[in-house]
Amino acid sequence: LKEQVYIQMSYDTAITVFAPNGHLFQVDYAFEAVKRGACTIGIKTNDSIILAVEKKAIGKLQDPRANTKIFQLDEHISMSCAGLTADARVLANIARLECQYYRFNYEEAPSVTYIAKNIAKIKQKYTQRGGVRPFGLSCLIIGFDQNGEPNLYLTEPSGSYSLWKANALGKNAKTVQEFLEKHVKDQITHEEGIKLAVQALLEVVESGSNKVEIAYMKKGETLSYLSEEKIDTLISEIESAQQAKQENIDKMAQLST
Amino acid sequence: LIQSRMDSTFAIKGKDFVLLAADASVAHSIISLKNTEDKIYELDKHVCMAAAGDAADRPRFCNYITRNIQLFKFRNGHSLPTETIANFTREQLAYAIRHGPYQVDVLLGGVDETGAHLYFMDYLGTMQEVEKAAHGYGGYFVTSVLDNYWSPDKTLEDAKFCMKKCINEIQTRFLINQSKFIIKCIDKDGVKIIDLNEQSRQAGLDD
Repeated sequence: LKEQVYIQMSYDTAITVFAPNGHLFQVDYAFEAVKRGACTIGIKTNDSIILAVEKKAIGKLQDPRANTKIFQLDEHISMSCAGLTADARVLANIARLECQYYRFNYEEAPSVTYIAKNIAKIKQKYTQRGGVRPFGLSCLIIGFDQNGEPNLYLTEPSGSYSLWKANALGKNAKTVQEFLEKHVKDQITHEEGIKLAVQALLEVVESGSNKVEIAYMKKGETLSYLSEEKIDTLISEIESAQQAKQENIDKMAQLST
Repeated sequence: LIQSRMDSTFAIKGKDFVLLAADASVAHSIISLKNTEDKIYELDKHVCMAAAGDAADRPRFCNYITRNIQLFKFRNGHSLPTETIANFTREQLAYAIRHGPYQVDVLLGGVDETGAHLYFMDYLGTMQEVEKAAHGYGGYFVTSVLDNYWSPDKTLEDAKFCMKKCINEIQTRFLINQSKFIIKCIDKDGVKIIDLNEQSRQAGLDD
């Protein structure tokens, strides 16, 4: 018996290869790119999911309309990313195509789980293919599943995905994560969630409605954005509450001395 | 391509609305499979397409166009105007006829900032913007009724009356039994299904 094996000659174009300590350096470096990105927060409440992103400072002459980190993938699924914004655009367009492709084939809406796994699959592919580099992005994908439960998925440059109650990505993510771990409870209402999102973002971002973008999704509805006026109102509420608290602390400190 | 012209579709355009009607029956040889098939596909919130033709090509082509229009919407953050959607659809038909034809005739209607538009398209890639149109055998019966009872300056009530007359004509004179029609109205608020039996107007329908 003769076995015929066909081998095509080509150059080795592998970029992402193992290091002696078991790390994939390109993937690790992609994580570094994520850590430099604008802060992005996702919070799941009882009946909604909220995305809050830091709007990076733009030039005086720049038009802010093209500057968005929250992408709507389908009627019922949205995504925000931290990391390389150009990669985000490419990944969002791939995901949008996948949503329509799924709808074309199955004549029903894709679940968040399906899309999140799909995005994770694509990211993993780019860590195991010749001639390409991994996506320098971590993404928060939000939507409602078949049971009507809100879902918040995190996908990383390595291609791993996980479900979260709340999470933060990007610059100073650690600070925000600690804040979230302290304040996010099992049951939160939508309004509490919005306030928490603004508070969490204010921990690391300059205050002002032009520095913060908030969007949310409620069951059966498409993505909605919080208006600038509302954000301003919330910020002033939070800041005055914080100020009052600080004054109390100072008073107590004075009384004890 | 042997055209089956059993699907009756017709449409009229008003000043700021478009009414599309399609029969709801699906037949296979001599058997009536169902009479609850919706042959009017919503491509976007303000654009619909009434399609007639092969029972396999029709949903395939219409879904294909719908998904492309939706993909554009999500990728670019805004919807396309009716004329653009119509031209895109026509291009797909014109390409397909010489590569892998879809046996689908289409009446595409939509309302946007430029007003109401109605386009007549067929499987060859023919396209024409019109005020009233019809496809299939039903069209033979309905065209003269449309000519007599419709002009674009009339109201929505007149339009519903005209539709009722057309359906009545088909149900009286067409050999094939098409007991149910689905009518959709597109205006600036979007698409809604019209129930003609809510009509209070009673006039000369038993000719």
